[in-house]
Amino acid sequence: MQSFDYATPKSAEEVATLLAGKNGEAQILAGGTDLLVQLREGRRQAKLVIDIKNIPELTQVTFDPQNGLRIGAAASCFQICSDPNVRQHYPGLVDAVRLIGGVQIQNRASVGGNLCNASPAADSIPALIVHEAVCHITGSNETRTLPVEEFCMAPGKNAMRPGEFLTSIGVPVPQGNFGASYLRFIPRSEMDIAVVGAGASVVLNAEGKQFVSARIALGAVAPTPLLASDAGAFLAGKAVTRENVREAAHRAQAIAQPITDLRGTAEHRRHLCAVLVERAVGKAIERAGGQYAQ
Amino acid sequence: MPSKTHVTATINGEEVEFLCEPHQSLLEVLRETLGLMGAKEGCNNGNCGSCNVILEGRLVNSCLVLAVEIQGKSVTTIEGIATPEGLHPLQQKFIEHAALQCGYCTPGFIVAAKALLDQNPNPSEHEVREWLAGNLCRCTGYDRIVKAVLDAADS
Ligand code: FES
Ligand code: FES
Repeated sequence: MQSFDYATPKSAEEVATLLAGKNGEAQILAGGTDLLVQLREGRRQAKLVIDIKNIPELTQVTFDPQNGLRIGAAASCFQICSDPNVRQHYPGLVDAVRLIGGVQIQNRASVGGNLCNASPAADSIPALIVHEAVCHITGSNETRTLPVEEFCMAPGKNAMRPGEFLTSIGVPVPQGNFGASYLRFIPRSEMDIAVVGAGASVVLNAEGKQFVSARIALGAVAPTPLLASDAGAFLAGKAVTRENVREAAHRAQAIAQPITDLRGTAEHRRHLCAVLVERAVGKAIERAGGQYAQ
Repeated sequence: MPSKTHVTATINGEEVEFLCEPHQSLLEVLRETLGLMGAKEGCNNGNCGSCNVILEGRLVNSCLVLAVEIQGKSVTTIEGIATPEGLHPLQQKFIEHAALQCGYCTPGFIVAAKALLDQNPNPSEHEVREWLAGNLCRCTGYDRIVKAVLDAADS
């Protein structure tokens, strides 16, 4: 592997200072499951690797009934999935995060890193989008917040400017009769990259028979994960029927721009979009305590 | 050229000090600096599990950990699984079930299985298979490995 220096700052301010001094030649290390592979393969360069795991604020998962969930950028998948508040309030996130790699990867990989790597097929991203998550970003003189659906720009490229880094992901507290889910299609049972991924969240009325609102997101069918706004908006105010969900699934399918690669053909991916969205919405309805009208 | 870093850590219960360069993986340092050759390099990119060690109680791929990251931490490698009294039940059962052929993947499987049994002493077959999904074996077909782990859990 290429040589680099290694720093273990103790605060976010210190990270910002280190980044500013390195002019784009520093890389942030959380779990290392992507970074170390990319450095080894020469796909990324670093003169300095900044390990952020010694900064409590960047490694913790905290929940507050008013402000919601805060996932430190370096918190591991294992840590997130075993958090009782995450398990109780963010089912779509749990579905997605537990699919990332095997146990060894779960113990190290962070959702922050999954997001920063901006892979079109990243499992956590559609789930974060349907949970209305935001990215908290720190630079040398300012901090800013960006919705997750605006964070990925192209495969491997995110919206952060040189000198900025992700400190945490914020997820609001679900309101009302809420349910969410994430599903992906892979040709085997685990340890694979999504051919297509679909996330859905719904809020149902008190009787569980009508959608108050819905969000649908897709992965691996475009250069970035997509929020299918039209599909979600279509469901708002509609009755919980298979027909309506199918129509939403078709609207989500319409925004997909899949490519053909070794994992699947564009045609297969387009087909999967509709199937997975329909199932993901169905699961979200069930988790929200609703069911399809007979 | 970045200078060497001094690291102190606990490996298999003993305090160890070593010098390494920041870009060296834990796997590299275990094998080349510390002479602990049990963890194997299969893929060197996190896919095969043959380099598995337990870091602070959690199973990790040592090829995806920098050696400098273990400062002040504790690591268990395959060399720390048996006791002076004898083999660990997992090792014994791997022999009884002939759960290996070339043996290259075996240290990784045993360390991974140990991490499983430490937190779930009675796993179902499904749990064993799911847990071991991050370990690849080119020879055995997995069935004997799974049986050996289930048998070790019973004993
Ligand atoms: S050598 Fe580390 S996972 Fe293959
Ligand atoms: S016994 Fe040969 S790779 Fe597993």
